[in-house]
Amino acid sequence: MEQRFLTCIGCPMGCQLTVEMDKGEVISVSGNTCKRGDIYARKEVTNPTRIVTSTIAVKGGDKARVSCKTASDIPKDKIFAVMKDINHAVCEAPVKIGTVLIPDVAGTGVSVIATRNIAKVS
Amino acid sequence: MKSIDIVIVGGGPAGLAAAVAARKAGCDSILILERDGELGGILNQCIHNGFGLHTFKEELTGPEYAGRFIDQAMELNIDYKLNTMVMDISRDKVVTAMNRTDGMFQIQAKAVILAMGCRERPRGALNIPGYRPAGIFSAGTAQRLVNIEGYMPGREVVILGSGDIGLIMARRMTLEGAKVKVVAELMPYSGGLKRNIVQCLDDYGIPLKLSHTVVDIEGKEHITAVTIAEVGPDRKPIPGTEERYTCDTLLLSCGLIPENELSQSAGVEMSRITSGPVVNESLETNIPGVFACGNVLHVHDLVDYVSEEAARAGQNAVKYVKGELGTVSDSTKGRINLVATDGVRYTVPSTIDPDRMEENLTVRFRVGDVYKDSYVSVYFGDERVQHRKRQILAPGEMEQIIVKKQDLLARPDMDTITIKIEKD
Amino acid sequence: MTYDVIIIGAGVTGAAVARELSRYETNVCVLEKEEDVCCGTSKANSAIIHAGYDCEPGSNMARMNVRGNAMMDDLCRDLDIPFKRNGSLVVCIHEELLPGLKELYDRGVKNGVPGMKLLTREEALAMEPNISDDVKGALYAETAGIICPFKLNIAMAENANQNGVDFRFNTCVEKLTREDDGLWHIRTNNGEYTAKYVVNAAGVYADVFHNMVSEQKINIIERRGEYYLLDRTVGDHVSHTIFPQPTKYGKGILVAPTVHGNLLVGPTAIDQEDKEATNTTPRGLSEIAEKASENVRNLPLRSVITSFSGLRAHENHHEFILGEVSDAPHFIDCAGIESPGLTSSPAIGEYIGNLLRDKMSLTEKANWISTRKDVLDPKKLSIEERNELIRKNPAYGQIICRCESVTEGEILDAIHRPLGARSLDGVKRRTRAGMGRCQAGFCSPRVMDILARELNLPLTEITKSGGKSNIVLERSKEVTE
Repeated sequence: MEQRFLTCIGCPMGCQLTVEMDKGEVISVSGNTCKRGDIYARKEVTNPTRIVTSTIAVKGGDKARVSCKTASDIPKDKIFAVMKDINHAVCEAPVKIGTVLIPDVAGTGVSVIATRNIAKVS
Repeated sequence: MKSIDIVIVGGGPAGLAAAVAARKAGCDSILILERDGELGGILNQCIHNGFGLHTFKEELTGPEYAGRFIDQAMELNIDYKLNTMVMDISRDKVVTAMNRTDGMFQIQAKAVILAMGCRERPRGALNIPGYRPAGIFSAGTAQRLVNIEGYMPGREVVILGSGDIGLIMARRMTLEGAKVKVVAELMPYSGGLKRNIVQCLDDYGIPLKLSHTVVDIEGKEHITAVTIAEVGPDRKPIPGTEERYTCDTLLLSCGLIPENELSQSAGVEMSRITSGPVVNESLETNIPGVFACGNVLHVHDLVDYVSEEAARAGQNAVKYVKGELGTVSDSTKGRINLVATDGVRYTVPSTIDPDRMEENLTVRFRVGDVYKDSYVSVYFGDERVQHRKRQILAPGEMEQIIVKKQDLLARPDMDTITIKIEKD
Repeated sequence: MTYDVIIIGAGVTGAAVARELSRYETNVCVLEKEEDVCCGTSKANSAIIHAGYDCEPGSNMARMNVRGNAMMDDLCRDLDIPFKRNGSLVVCIHEELLPGLKELYDRGVKNGVPGMKLLTREEALAMEPNISDDVKGALYAETAGIICPFKLNIAMAENANQNGVDFRFNTCVEKLTREDDGLWHIRTNNGEYTAKYVVNAAGVYADVFHNMVSEQKINIIERRGEYYLLDRTVGDHVSHTIFPQPTKYGKGILVAPTVHGNLLVGPTAIDQEDKEATNTTPRGLSEIAEKASENVRNLPLRSVITSFSGLRAHENHHEFILGEVSDAPHFIDCAGIESPGLTSSPAIGEYIGNLLRDKMSLTEKANWISTRKDVLDPKKLSIEERNELIRKNPAYGQIICRCESVTEGEILDAIHRPLGARSLDGVKRRTRAGMGRCQAGFCSPRVMDILARELNLPLTEITKSGGKSNIVLERSKEVTE
């Protein structure tokens, strides 16, 4: 039997959730005041994921950095592996919103895409 | 002098949404004046996700959200001028602006929409003692340097203030390789969203110290350390609770102030609570034909609400230009005052003219403290007409009620609507 | 190269002496430890031109104050800087202290201060409605004024530089000796300088240099003064400079409009033992609020945009030490220059200038330029003139600092003029960019970009105020750019 403690992110209440687990299986969730807390807790303890947003270096653009995000959630424990790839990447202007900048970042199967347009400057 | 139907001051989310809505409502003479080098305003540096769930039913980053509105504005051929600073707005709606190519120029506007946004409260306004070295930034300035320009202010960071920008920057700096040592918050609660506290601080093991503030800043040339201390209920530091943190960067996320210097010089009546204009149900200020929306009106926490509010300002400006909005009666007769009391700090709008209002009017407000298991009550005169139980109300979350036109028309003698927080 | 005169310190005193000496055929150099002029006491004070009624009759302070005050109109016109004689009121709020006002008045008469008047309670309130309702009487001095201390200091230094005076910044004097060659040998972190005369205008460090060369030791105490600066929206809360009655610690906490339309409140007076202790303190900041409210009602402290502190160079005897040190020939002191130092600076410059002229038998330059133009302020132009300016130089059409409406053109002017700005603070002191209500939140990244471009430096080398005050540490990302 294992206990995990979480803060619910569903609303400003921020209920303090206690999740009882056994061999990776959720036994019970307590401390929540609504259904959203239960759903959040079960996901967060079994498969926590995050969208990562950052910037990537651009060459030949009107800005030196283009903002980017993972096209979908990636596992929470891969955040820094994703950032490592992002920090070493360089792309060429022009860039459009949605342009794939890194396919399959850090072996997650998720691509990193641009979230703004960068014009090319001569 | 050139004449334009609607001049919109500011090309951020509010200005863009107002312009798009005004065009769709049939105005073909619109000009956006934007001081920055691109449209989109502060959203361009808000590269995190979480925008647009209400408006687009999907989760976007700031630049993407801005991009959707910029695309619409382009498709609708809305005129705009970049790098253009509005220098003055007169009471009779002559807008004086300046840029490199046009020089200083004046436009006679039929209607003006104020959409200048807000600025961050600087260190000076916080009365933090200590030295004044390099390395102290408002969180938004650091956000611009990191996200747009691609520079790191430092590697060891302390953050004062747990507003959303501060929390977001805690994560940004961490992801870029900095060590965020602590986030100190003067109040006993955070002004930021729970989601941001969990995903920006807890995810990275960054401590949040509530009821703490910075009491000393060290470093003559560059910041070398700060001391934070716990504060009592009077928000004054408690001697003996000091803790020193070495750092090379101090970020301040201590509140936003609507930027209303232009509004004030135009003679727009201001609210001391919101630091924004006082507006009626049409989002119109005391100067007929001058409207306000977005963070220049009151600081919002969701851009989706800014867009919605700005669209209404845009539509009402078109009605005004076409002469369809109706004049505001000089007497107070027929005008209903909204009274914010018992925990409710303010309302937007401040007055309602039932003849001019939409069928359903959204009244937005904020509370002044954290209230648990309380009721939001609405009184028409002395009669309580709404009484909604809420598990939690917090200053960081904008609240709203809906007022129906038919209810007001049914009470022709009513002169006040009161919104308050009640325990039972 | 051996200079005729080396001045230590590019504060307002050093700059005033430099400008006076630039009239003559002589070579002069100013050594300054900071990266710019106006970095010490001169940048953080009350920005007041005092009338001169509170100095001890017969003292250097009294003479220099009254003379400096009288020089100010012509000087500010020649140097193209703002100066306003707004008049001052010393407010008495205790009946039993009324004789003190009369004493001040009498002292002023002895010092030769023109235009003073003792006011009744009614007269005082009529003149300044926001002074305390407890007012019992006031001393009005019509010659008191307000000035921009940065601009006065910068303008005198620039004008000196235009007339041939060299300035060496980031140059800290470490040792001074007079050798057998009859010259002062001045060791600095940037090499050795030699000079026939040394002028010690080192502010809070003046005792250090004096004591290196003289057996008659002096002691300068760093007396810290903390201030609040309030937004321009409340700049008209008072129109005169409002003083309490003076005490042995100085002129007390004043409330004054500034020439730029802000409201200034301060200073405190707390003795320090650190020549760099320009930090503000919780105690100091709360004391300002408390004491200022005794004399001025409804003080709008909600509108504070910044607080700062400066160090007065207080000499034990509260007197300006001016002239050649008796046991150190050719070493000229300007020490103990605390309030009314800003007011006195042109008079001190004139006094020291005349002294060195006589000692060295200097002759006037035929082509001395007495005037300089300040950074062009487009706000003073008509729309037509402004458009003509923008047409010629589009940078004047680009606002960089929103709060103070400062254009890129003004910032370029500040960078490229003699002794131009090299840091954010340098730009700020010359143009006011970053001095407004957002305190550089919006404009600092833009001003940094302009500085980097114009000085051809990477952004990481742009500083707030020289030294190690770099603003950004490094580029993000692990890529080569």
